[in-house]
Amino acid sequence: MTPDLQLSRESIERALEAGDWGRAQADLRELGHGHPTAATAGFVISAWSRLRPHVALVPCRLYVLRSFTVEPVVPLLRAAAFAGGIDLTVKVGGFNAWVQEILDTGGPLGAFAPDVAILAVQTRDAAPELWERFPDLPAARREAAAAEVAAAFRAWMAAFRRHSRAALVVHSLELPEWAGAGVLDAQDAAGQTQLIARINQEIRTAAASIPGVWVLDYDALVARAGRSRWADERKWLTVRLPIRAEHLHALAAEWMRYLHPITGRIAKVLVTDLDNTLWGGVVGEDGIEGIRVGREYPGAAYWELQRVMLDLHRRGVLLAIASKNNPEDAMRALEAHPEMLLRPHHFSAVRVNWNDKAASLREIAAELNVGIDALVFLDDNPAERRRIRMELPEVTVLELPADPLGYARALRECPLFERLAVSGEDGERARYYAEQRGRGELQRAAASLEEFYRSLAQRAEMAPLENATLARAAELTRKTNQFNLTTRRRGEAQLAALAAEPDCEVWTARVADRFGDNGLVALLILRRAGEACEIESLLMSCRVIGRTVETAVLAFAASRARAMGAKRLEGWFIPTAKNAPAAEFYPGHGFQPAAQREDGTFWTLPLEGAALACPPWIELRGPKEPTRSVHVHA
Amino acid sequence: MADLFGLPLEEIRPDSSPDNIPAWDSLQHLNLVLALEQEFGIQFAPEEIEQLLSVELVAALLEEKAAPRGAAHAR
Repeated sequence: MTPDLQLSRESIERALEAGDWGRAQADLRELGHGHPTAATAGFVISAWSRLRPHVALVPCRLYVLRSFTVEPVVPLLRAAAFAGGIDLTVKVGGFNAWVQEILDTGGPLGAFAPDVAILAVQTRDAAPELWERFPDLPAARREAAAAEVAAAFRAWMAAFRRHSRAALVVHSLELPEWAGAGVLDAQDAAGQTQLIARINQEIRTAAASIPGVWVLDYDALVARAGRSRWADERKWLTVRLPIRAEHLHALAAEWMRYLHPITGRIAKVLVTDLDNTLWGGVVGEDGIEGIRVGREYPGAAYWELQRVMLDLHRRGVLLAIASKNNPEDAMRALEAHPEMLLRPHHFSAVRVNWNDKAASLREIAAELNVGIDALVFLDDNPAERRRIRMELPEVTVLELPADPLGYARALRECPLFERLAVSGEDGERARYYAEQRGRGELQRAAASLEEFYRSLAQRAEMAPLENATLARAAELTRKTNQFNLTTRRRGEAQLAALAAEPDCEVWTARVADRFGDNGLVALLILRRAGEACEIESLLMSCRVIGRTVETAVLAFAASRARAMGAKRLEGWFIPTAKNAPAAEFYPGHGFQPAAQREDGTFWTLPLEGAALACPPWIELRGPKEPTRSVHVHA
Repeated sequence: MADLFGLPLEEIRPDSSPDNIPAWDSLQHLNLVLALEQEFGIQFAPEEIEQLLSVELVAALLEEKAAPRGAAHAR
């Protein structure tokens, strides 16, 4: 046993005895990561068993249907599961008994009532003809043999689903290290490796048609280690263990990649450090020109890590930044460095400051409205990692190797980002958060409010109501409560009728800014009455209020009133329980009270000499005359 | 070995064997072999695996297998 291993075990023992569960968890996670051997696993499991009553773990029952010795994997798997927040109970099925266990409803599989089952069957057991006797097979028999194996897998999966509601993970078949026909096999479209690959394809197709059945690409797992290094022929022949001891943890890790998404123990947010993690060097000292990221060494290590993050982003994982840095330096590097793969819009939450990172992580979780246990933290600095492990034991802290070239791999190996399905909504959500975050960041950063407005680069596009916008306009009148001067709800037919009246104009506004399009967010209804133009409705979605778009729309109303030949712009403010944000709107723009009723106040503004203008930081666009294009058939 | 069998260190004695450690069944025997091979960077022949039936015998075989490398470093 190495001295540091001995030390961390003693530290865990002390923490457990002192009842310091957070520290014990932190130490155990570090230990489990660095030393995945059978001996460590035994210690880790017994330590977690003592910790179990004091921490939140997801229980899960796993049944392994198998054709080879998997028992030595079980302790490694349970240790990994504990570290990942899953309390795993494992039962291993009979040796080479998977068929009867699947079919026998009264057997051990049903009695165990698993949440998850794994069907771990080797090619040499499921398809012996194709594995070792292939050259003996007549050509006509070969394809039939492959079809029979594929059909058998289909039948097992279907039977399992009939009898059990558990999730099922099916190992696909590994390819032989050497084809029986030598290089000739590669010349044959129905050669040995090709036919086994065909079975794998059919396993995938069949699994996709059965709910809750997932395929594990076992050949890819073997290939990652190397076929010749993976196998242990001596152990296979003596104790039916085909995998070298040093790779058993890789099989356990691969199983964890399925158990995390199946049990729902997944992470939603990756929080990353910047200097020496997302790029090489320190941007505050080295400048944008000095930091290292790009296709060539040494920047390639960081480029590759960013590539993995981008993959996760596409998978629906939210990205966030927790960095101790000058915000201007950091954001400029993200915006302006020519080789940077990740840009500010990829990040849904950003904390660049000199605060404690634990505080930043708490804020990020709150801002994104996720639990603190949904965060994974990535940082090159072992002290920061240790700090987060101690302070926030719920957060998963990725252990990184000393060499940055290993960062990308460490992130790819994290099972918490595995998904068994991707929803389109996740990607949308990331975009929405990024836009909102951009607006909030700007507000914090801008020295003055006016500077903030200018930096937003808002555009308001006024358009007459048309058939295409009718539904959204009616929805706005129904849903808008806060910035709504009269709170008059109107249906589509009513709006269309108003738009068709000669004295009436109905306008919609779309608002966009540098972070994106907010869509159709405001509605304005004007009516000419004698020398006055009355604002019948003016309402605006809360997505854009407080950014002076209100003033722009009012200025537009004044210009329309003038065009109608009116001398005054007028309107009611009818207070409700929710529209206080609009209460100061008319007096704030120079309107005077002209009449008072029980339900509200009538405000008026002489148009001649009125200083009502669109704020200079908003680009207001719109046609001079409304085109009447709404025709609704009753 | 204490970790593998879930026992305190002081309960592992030279004469500990499958006969007096209930957890030392054939599966734990396999785990023990794997752990020893990994820990000491050696390979046991199938015949040797069958001989590893007490702590004393394990220690003796380990010494024997480590000897060729250990001898170079001795003295």
